[in-house]
Amino acid sequence: MSRLNARLIIKEIEDAQLKPSLPAISPGDTVKVFAKIVEGGKERIQAYEGVVIKRRGSGLNETITVRRIFQGVGVERTFPLHSPRIDRIEVTRRGEVRRAKLYYLRGLQGKAARIKEQAREKTERQPIKA
Amino acid sequence: MALGILGQKLGMTQIFDDKDHAVPVTVVAVGSNVVTQVKTREKDGYTAVQIGYGEVKPKALTKGEQGHLKPAGKLLRHLREFRLEDVGAYSVGQEIKADLFSVGQVVDVVGKSIGKGFQGMQHRWNAGRGPMAHGSKFHRHPGSIGAGTTPSRVYKGAKMPGKMGDERVTVKKLTVVRVDAERNLLLIKGAIPGAEGGLVVVRPTRLVGSSETRLRSDASAQSGSKR
Repeated sequence: MSRLNARLIIKEIEDAQLKPSLPAISPGDTVKVFAKIVEGGKERIQAYEGVVIKRRGSGLNETITVRRIFQGVGVERTFPLHSPRIDRIEVTRRGEVRRAKLYYLRGLQGKAARIKEQAREKTERQPIKA
Repeated sequence: MALGILGQKLGMTQIFDDKDHAVPVTVVAVGSNVVTQVKTREKDGYTAVQIGYGEVKPKALTKGEQGHLKPAGKLLRHLREFRLEDVGAYSVGQEIKADLFSVGQVVDVVGKSIGKGFQGMQHRWNAGRGPMAHGSKFHRHPGSIGAGTTPSRVYKGAKMPGKMGDERVTVKKLTVVRVDAERNLLLIKGAIPGAEGGLVVVRPTRLVGSSETRLRSDASAQSGSKR
């Protein structure tokens, strides 16, 4: 069994778990993540809205980190994009940023932490395909 | 000891389990395992089952090996023997497949670790090192390897730099996460020894003083309480 074959088998296992469609998400976007949470034995969907400050990994392993200010405290949550715990993701605002990782937002607050909205959609933006 | 299975490490990935947790898994291909010899007390003095893995062309084997594998009907590169109390259920030529294992079963995996070449104390034995600056000349040396007057020799087996890796390693108590009987794949939680493509032996773990079923139920109770 060749190594090429091995990568193919692993890819098959991974592809079976990928979500068929996800919106195009890039750093700077404001997104609403609908995550399933278990509360008192019952499952419900909780929305979490914030700015994507980082996207990492690829395929099954891809995650985004979403930052928001909650009661004056910065909160960052990392979501595996293909996790079955994530019901769906909506992009509410396209932000224009010049960096892939927006760690600089951590040191800013209020007016300074705003992100300019993208004037027009960039053409090369592709939805994440499974 | 229970019967195990031979296979090839394909590589690692992750899967989402029934609780939607991302679980790191190693994929092992265990196709074409065949019983090549059944050893009996009368004939061999002990009981065991020999199984083979990895089909090859005739030129890869000697005439003697070909003769040994004739009853099994397949030419196989790797042979391993498993001591069993009762070998009645096995016959030469019988195929052993991935469904030998079940999901949740605890297994040991034996492989040959990746060779690291000649390595120093820090990498091979996790030794500390000296300061790299401030006039120090003692950087990555082994330091003292024994006292002077007594014993005035170096003890045998003292940890020293040398060849690292490329040796038989057993990782115990790994959980089978998924069994793909159709493609003869085992998905085992965690890392296993060796490079991708390397030969590994997967066998039910040897447990002392506890039944396999008890360990299995303990494991599921633990993962349940974590949430």
